[in-house]
Amino acid sequence: MTATMSALSVRNLVKRYGTVTAVDGLDLTVGAGECFGLLGPNGAGKTTTIEICEGLLTPDSGEVLVLGLDWKRDERALRQRLGVQLQETQLAEKVTVEETVRLFRSFYANGREVNEVINLVQLEEKRRARVGTLSGGQKQRLSVACALVGDPDLVFLDEPTTGLDPQSRRQLWDLVERLKKLGRTIVLTTHYMDEAERLCDRVAIVDHGRIIALGSPRELIRSLGAEQVVECALESADGITVDDLQALPGVLEALLVAASWTLQVNAAHETIPALLALVNARGAKLTELSTHSPTLEDVFVSLTGRHLREGG
Amino acid sequence: MVAPETPGTPGSPSARTRYSPLFELTRVRFLEFLREPEAVFWTFVFPILLATGLGIAFRSRSAEVVKIAVVASADGVRVRAALAADSLLDVALVSDSVASESLRMGTVALVVVPVSATSVEYRYDDARPDARNTRLLVDRAIQKAGGAYSPVATAETLVSEPGSRYVDFVVPGLLAMNLMGSGIWSIGFAIVDARRKKLLKRLVATPMRRGHYLASFLVMRIGLMVIEVSVISSFGHFVFGVPMRGPLLTFITVALFGTFAFGALGLLIASRARTVEAASGMMNVVMLPMWVASGVFFAASRFPDVVQPFVQALPLTAVVDALRLNMLQGAGFAGVASELAILAAWLVVAFTIALRLFRWR
Repeated sequence: MTATMSALSVRNLVKRYGTVTAVDGLDLTVGAGECFGLLGPNGAGKTTTIEICEGLLTPDSGEVLVLGLDWKRDERALRQRLGVQLQETQLAEKVTVEETVRLFRSFYANGREVNEVINLVQLEEKRRARVGTLSGGQKQRLSVACALVGDPDLVFLDEPTTGLDPQSRRQLWDLVERLKKLGRTIVLTTHYMDEAERLCDRVAIVDHGRIIALGSPRELIRSLGAEQVVECALESADGITVDDLQALPGVLEALLVAASWTLQVNAAHETIPALLALVNARGAKLTELSTHSPTLEDVFVSLTGRHLREGG
Repeated sequence: MVAPETPGTPGSPSARTRYSPLFELTRVRFLEFLREPEAVFWTFVFPILLATGLGIAFRSRSAEVVKIAVVASADGVRVRAALAADSLLDVALVSDSVASESLRMGTVALVVVPVSATSVEYRYDDARPDARNTRLLVDRAIQKAGGAYSPVATAETLVSEPGSRYVDFVVPGLLAMNLMGSGIWSIGFAIVDARRKKLLKRLVATPMRRGHYLASFLVMRIGLMVIEVSVISSFGHFVFGVPMRGPLLTFITVALFGTFAFGALGLLIASRARTVEAASGMMNVVMLPMWVASGVFFAASRFPDVVQPFVQALPLTAVVDALRLNMLQGAGFAGVASELAILAAWLVVAFTIALRLFRWR
């Protein structure tokens, strides 16, 4: 018996594909009732990690305990208690919403009634519609419905809003928030920092198969120590170096990311005039200037020197 | 024995709906099939169209009237009168050049050139079987008119019995071919498609028993087989009078064994393929030799003796032969035992390998 029963506990997880190490010694613990997010760019190893936790991939080494159970010994019992939504699953197009949920319901010994789940994901009006006629957001909510129909103790959602339009994303967020209110433990992966900030109680920032930061979104953002983030793009600024920007008043950290500067500052009202003066003095041109409150994106940038999304 | 009561549920107020995974999986299989109009067409309508076409093309005809030409001359008129007495001959009196032209074009089978009052010349192509028959007919009529005498009296009884016509031969072949096609295609495509769409992986992430998934295909195939076989065989029987001489139980058993063997082959083909293209290529590689060699449209015995062991070992050959033995010659279980053994062997080997190779993710 484990002393403290965590919903998910992963120790020193390693998974290699040939010469590529997708997951490189990853540890994490998710408490019961928590909504936990794995945030990271594409290819960071989030999906590999979550699929190992779902028992769909076998790790090369490391220990995974899900609801205190081990995949090798307790697969049957575990499957009954998990809800899984996979990236890229296409449900059968010729089958209706109700028939699909009913099929998934039949695999579980106990679970919710079909109509109850369809109502929960707000597809009542589409009950008799074939899957092929649904929009992307509706398909995704149906996919979540199939994950919830067994009334799981732990729900895995892999990139639930990737490829959705803003409205569909918000509908999916509402759905996850309803699940949180129902007290379900949720583990989700995402490469949208706003999604992680809004939904997750705690976030693990993943890069190159490792966790590089862990905590609540608020803690992570606070760890930057910055009040504001100033972003600017300069032209003919050959003379301006990191040290020049670092030396400006109120700047905690200056980084050149994807051809534009990111300054973490604690006194924007001092930094910005000084920045403009520097640009003037060196004969450079300011083509972009913006400020915002720090986000998880800035945490990622500060840790890796890269943006979460390529080209972003 | 008293079943132990589940704790916490006695007299539970909400009577929960019971769901059977095998039933639900099979139901979805059928729904997907029935909602695919093309699949319904190829499974049910196509074999009937094919049987109708072949039945019409190869129907047994009453003795055919043959067209011949006689080169016009004084003797020609007399020859034509002699030939006209034979109702099987349609005689035209034409000029020499027209007669030669008609012979070349194949619109007449033979040209008679009267040489004198007591001699005629036959022009025909010896390579055409109907021309040789025509020569015999024509010669008999001319010799009779010339006073030839038949020393032996003859009487004739004409026989055209169901069971020996081409349509009788081809309907069991089409039945077998249909079992193969729908068995391999429906199972193969459905599984590869589910794998490609990551649906297979999604199902594996549920507590679904893998055996239930595979069994749902089997149940679907048995259900569809019953419909396919009834539609095609009753069409053959009631429209063309194709006999069903053997025991029905043997007939059903052969169809079941065929369904299982081809289903296992479909499963084997689909066991690893990740794309529909790869699977359909493999299906053609598997099915094409059988379409050609297994005797659906002509007797498999036409192939050389060297390859006969291979031809006989093919599952389609076994189903075709067993159905013909049963339907046309009335064979029971004893008569089709070796074919059933071949099908059972295919089933066991293909199914075992398929389960070993099967890629669920």
